Amino acid sequence: MLGYISIGLAMGVVGVSSGLSIAAVFFMSLLVYAGSAQFIICAMIAAGSPTSAIVLTTFIVNLRHLLLSSALAPKFTQYSLLKNIGIGSLVTDESFGVAITKIAKNIPITDRWMNGLNITAYTVWIISCTVGAYAGKWFPDPEIFGLDYALTAMFIALLILQLQTVQASKLRHYLFLIIVMVVLMVLLSAVMSSSLAVIVATIITATVGVVTNNDK
Amino acid sequence: MTSEYLLLLLACMVVTIIPRVLPFILVRNFTVPEPVEKWLSYLPVCIFTGLIVENLLSSSSGGLHVDWTVLAASIPTLLIALFTKSLLTTVLAGVFLMAAIRFFF
Repeated sequence: MLGYISIGLAMGVVGVSSGLSIAAVFFMSLLVYAGSAQFIICAMIAAGSPTSAIVLTTFIVNLRHLLLSSALAPKFTQYSLLKNIGIGSLVTDESFGVAITKIAKNIPITDRWMNGLNITAYTVWIISCTVGAYAGKWFPDPEIFGLDYALTAMFIALLILQLQTVQASKLRHYLFLIIVMVVLMVLLSAVMSSSLAVIVATIITATVGVVTNNDK
Repeated sequence: MTSEYLLLLLACMVVTIIPRVLPFILVRNFTVPEPVEKWLSYLPVCIFTGLIVENLLSSSSGGLHVDWTVLAASIPTLLIALFTKSLLTTVLAGVFLMAAIRFFF
């Protein structure tokens, strides 16, 4: 959960260095609430991209939430539709990572636990981004401090934590899938945007996973 | 902050919420068959790997190439994640490593 703070701070700093005001960073975190998409929106605003291109890229980057939510949704079918919409609207890479780690360990999760996780994460995110934006006034060049790398480091940590929940006998299969994923990413990134490559490569690799899965 | 910017944020909000909420609405009307559940179980590892590789690659006018500073920081970051198994430690160490690499090279 504390991982959010550093990413949020980094996000605020990057936002301000992209020419946004502190209020603009606050509203972006409040309304959009998506780590990697917010970094990309800032980068595109700084580059002067048209609104339509920014919205389309945000959509493509966030399409992966379709996959994240698909993995979580079956665990909440006993709750009302409204509760499900509430849970779904705040799903992020990180809250998904925490929840799926619990699910992988066969720990049951409730709507209240999930809402607690989501709302805490959402609040911490907005505060961190805004504080980061204030701090950004003193760090005109965030790249010097390595802050732009926070997101990548976070994904590496999430991957390792995820692999930890995999049974030892299946680890070899997972490592094989990681290699497939890396190769596909390199090949696909040459012919499409890297955000789209993540989605396409994930769909192909997960399918390869099901086909090559040999336990019954 | 202009109204054009707010409109941009609202549009981004809509395209972010739709993929997040849609599965929660759809999944209520049918149970997920076993192969699909298996397929879904592979998603996290695939997505995280994909996002990491995305950050390792950078495209420019000269085509696709590996971002060596990111790769140089990612190998020790991976080891730190393996040994500490802590999200915060990994992120802080990663940021520090990246700052050090940029400072010295």
